[in-house]
Amino acid sequence: MSWSGWGLAFNFLIFPGFLFSAVVGLVLTWVDRIVSARVQYRRGPPVFQPFADLFKLLLKQTIVPDGASKTVFLLAPMLGLAAMCLTSGLLFYVNFNPQGSFVGDLIVLVYLLGLAPLALVIGASASRNPLSAVGASREMMLYFGYELPFLLALLVPIIKSGGAIRLGELIVAQQAGGPFLYSISGVIAALIVLFTTQAKLGYVPFDMAEAEQEIMSGVFAEYSGASLAVFKLTKAMMLFLLPLFMITVFWGGFGDWWAILKFLLIVVLVVLMKNTNPRFRIDQALRFFWFILGVFGIVAVVLAFVRL
Amino acid sequence: MSRLGLWGLKKSPWVYHVAAASCNNCDIEILELLTPRYDVERFGVVLVGSPRHADALLVTGVINRKSLPRVMEVYEQAAKPCLVIGVGTCTCSNHMFKNSYNAVGPYDKHLPMHAFVPGCPPKPEAMILGVVKALSKL
Repeated sequence: MSWSGWGLAFNFLIFPGFLFSAVVGLVLTWVDRIVSARVQYRRGPPVFQPFADLFKLLLKQTIVPDGASKTVFLLAPMLGLAAMCLTSGLLFYVNFNPQGSFVGDLIVLVYLLGLAPLALVIGASASRNPLSAVGASREMMLYFGYELPFLLALLVPIIKSGGAIRLGELIVAQQAGGPFLYSISGVIAALIVLFTTQAKLGYVPFDMAEAEQEIMSGVFAEYSGASLAVFKLTKAMMLFLLPLFMITVFWGGFGDWWAILKFLLIVVLVVLMKNTNPRFRIDQALRFFWFILGVFGIVAVVLAFVRL
Repeated sequence: MSRLGLWGLKKSPWVYHVAAASCNNCDIEILELLTPRYDVERFGVVLVGSPRHADALLVTGVINRKSLPRVMEVYEQAAKPCLVIGVGTCTCSNHMFKNSYNAVGPYDKHLPMHAFVPGCPPKPEAMILGVVKALSKL
């Protein structure tokens, strides 16, 4: 392999890619659990808790249910994990090196973020469990629900930067003219992306795909051992990458140390939203995303066109 | 299991609650473990929704001809290594049902039990002690 090949491998596997985002993501799941515990007047788990969970799951028995499609069942978690590795590599690379990326990486990123729920749907459908099938259908419905307002909200920074679909150009435009968040359309779009983040993470108002009380953790019901660990790791990395994506697109990029505070603020907001809301039914969630957030998304796009 | 996995298992035992025809008293006491007063999440204990995720099964109630095959099936579905902890006097013996035609207990005739927690119902502190003792046997 040439030097640039090694650099690329390092980029995707070690520093911003797999290893780094996995460790930070696991620490963030601890933040999530400790904030939830404090909201409920509990002490909460110690810092190493997510790591203990992960090592335990990795070294436990992995069961493939009778009659399940074995290959698809075991490979589906890897699909989500690979997508998240690529996402973290891309996002960090762009933040450190705004000129370095290719045209249209924003679109690639949207599809990579869509691969994680797709992996869940594929894996759950392959497991031959009726509860998993219910969870998979809910996850699919939810995906179709939040993707519309998500794309509408992403149109706002594109319009504001004069038609840039390269993340680097969005960051440069924000460094020159101030973050897109500090305007009416920016605030609306960022709020929409915040709700979408909640749904992509499968956190409480939108956790109907893994509802423990009704469908026994739904999409995850048949997963055990290492493949469950990979799914948990994917979720942890998403908890790291989705707020990072939001900062990159709306809040001026990850350029200075203030970005860490912004980042923690978004994570705590997401966790507080998770702790103070009951679960939606799937039809309520769909209605919320299409007919409420969708309308707000159109309003934000129109406002962005008239430069508000 | 390797030492790392064993450490992980001791630090994060996820429990699945198997209510095998109990009178509900032990079940309510198990739920009390998760309340802020006892907060077992500080030891890494999480109540999970699927036996596939479980590291410990908390079984309650007198085992009878109807519930025995179901409990066995749940145990077979759990990913090993999996602890089985009996909660309540009903699991230790047949309790007040010892002359019943239907009771086929106690549990250790049928399942590899790791700990029993006597009491009707046992106190949450006793259940935490039971889980700790079961884990220290690993």
